[in-house]
Amino acid sequence: MAVILYHKKLSDGFFLLKAEAHARVFPGQFYMLRAWGDCPVLSRPVSVYDADGDGVTFLYKVVGKGTRIISKLKPGDDITLQGPYGNGFFDVLGDASGSIAMVGGGVGIAPFYYTAKKLKIKYPKVSVDMYLGFSGTPLLLDAFGRVSDNLVTDVGGYITDKIAPEKYGQILTCGPQAMMRALYQKCKTAGVSEKLYVSLENRMACGIGTCLVCSCRTTDGNKKTCADGPVFKGEAVFSL
Amino acid sequence: MNMEVNFSGARFKNPVALASGTCGFGRELNKIIDLSRLGGISTKGLTLNRRDGNDGIRIWETEGGIMNSVGLENPGVKGFIDNELTFVRSLDTVGIVNLGGHSIDDYLEGIKLLNDVRLDILELNISCPNLKQGGMSFGVKTEIAREIVRKSRALCKHTLVVKLSPNAEDITALARMCEDEGADGVSLVNTFLALAIDINAKKPVFQNIYAGLSGPAIKPIALRMVHQVARAVKIPVMGMGGISNAGDAIEFIMAGASVIQVGTASFIDPSRPIEIVGGIEKYLSDNKIGDIREITGIV
Repeated sequence: MAVILYHKKLSDGFFLLKAEAHARVFPGQFYMLRAWGDCPVLSRPVSVYDADGDGVTFLYKVVGKGTRIISKLKPGDDITLQGPYGNGFFDVLGDASGSIAMVGGGVGIAPFYYTAKKLKIKYPKVSVDMYLGFSGTPLLLDAFGRVSDNLVTDVGGYITDKIAPEKYGQILTCGPQAMMRALYQKCKTAGVSEKLYVSLENRMACGIGTCLVCSCRTTDGNKKTCADGPVFKGEAVFSL
Repeated sequence: MNMEVNFSGARFKNPVALASGTCGFGRELNKIIDLSRLGGISTKGLTLNRRDGNDGIRIWETEGGIMNSVGLENPGVKGFIDNELTFVRSLDTVGIVNLGGHSIDDYLEGIKLLNDVRLDILELNISCPNLKQGGMSFGVKTEIAREIVRKSRALCKHTLVVKLSPNAEDITALARMCEDEGADGVSLVNTFLALAIDINAKKPVFQNIYAGLSGPAIKPIALRMVHQVARAVKIPVMGMGGISNAGDAIEFIMAGASVIQVGTASFIDPSRPIEIVGGIEKYLSDNKIGDIREITGIV
């Protein structure tokens, strides 16, 4: 059980929740969250938005019964966190240099705050261009502005239209499958598809790699989104 | 107090095992919980050849349960023997190897390969679709299942437990047949065939249309089936189906299960199976029962 330290409604069903946790968290990892008894049966996989010495913060969107229950919790209430799980971006990226783009859509913007923040600490010379796509009210622009060198946003259109992939040494993306696929195509056309790293969202049950309900097809055979990912090379997932 | 169970020669230190398909081969869970505190672990269902599993959505939540359509993604019997068996055997718990197939030859080839290795129990999954019978599960009709059980028994050198499908036309007749054909035990129930429809897409949620329902929602029906089967056969019974706490587990034991398996509840909390062991011990202690066998099948 973890105590909720902070919980704020943003807009359009998006919430920011901070809970007490002291684990070492890597950018791009996630936790399984629940705040109820045995039903709903499954915990909800939610990306880490930020982490510090006090706890871990999640940016989530209310999409069903579980997230609705979580959205009603107040500071001081308990929430169960299992994790952190998954590989995260740093596992897959190797060394970073030059200019890096982060392209998020919808709730898929969540991992990029912490990723950019940690990247700037690890590689002070790296510049980060943040591309965020929203279908409704843009969220957390001040926060994302603080951890990036350039912030580009789009509301209601295609954020992928605004990026020139060839400018970057590495491109990280998370969001709707269609957005990530479009970005992959754009990178491929520009001849830089090997620079793309994708963080997949998939329905999960165990979160640790035992149940295989989140398997994804890759060029290297089936992979578990939860345990082998959620971050993969874009080519491994989208060149099939 | 004695929690140990002798299941046709396999010695379980307590009656709580992990159900096939919910614990992989134990590697990931063993980092989170101490598997040696459990009675046994039933591996991910194997097939003769490696399978990549089903496309499309594989999991769907329902009231009190989940539906799954993983499609037996597994490394194949040889892949298991080469890469997973040593780990399963290194665990200080009964190793149950679950084997399915899509033709009788598949089953028999798999059994032949597994005959050459050391394992504690072979759990035969007869709920797979039979490709020669238009995809109907082998375990629906007793006489179709008989051929697999008979040939498997003749070939299998290990303790053989047949895992029964709750979708069987007559589950007690199916269990009696397994006993007649020489099975060392039966385990039940597998998942219930179920359907979910996406009303916006006007299509089934799952690409295979039907999927298997598990979790607390099925518990009372599974319990009834375990009760009926335990009364119909003399061979020991492993009970499962929505067991989520020690109370559920004790119900299954009282209904006649010598060993119980925990599946979906591990998704609620991976340490739940160990909590169930503790809860059973507390129940025995609170009720001054010295041996788990005193309550097995008492209802």
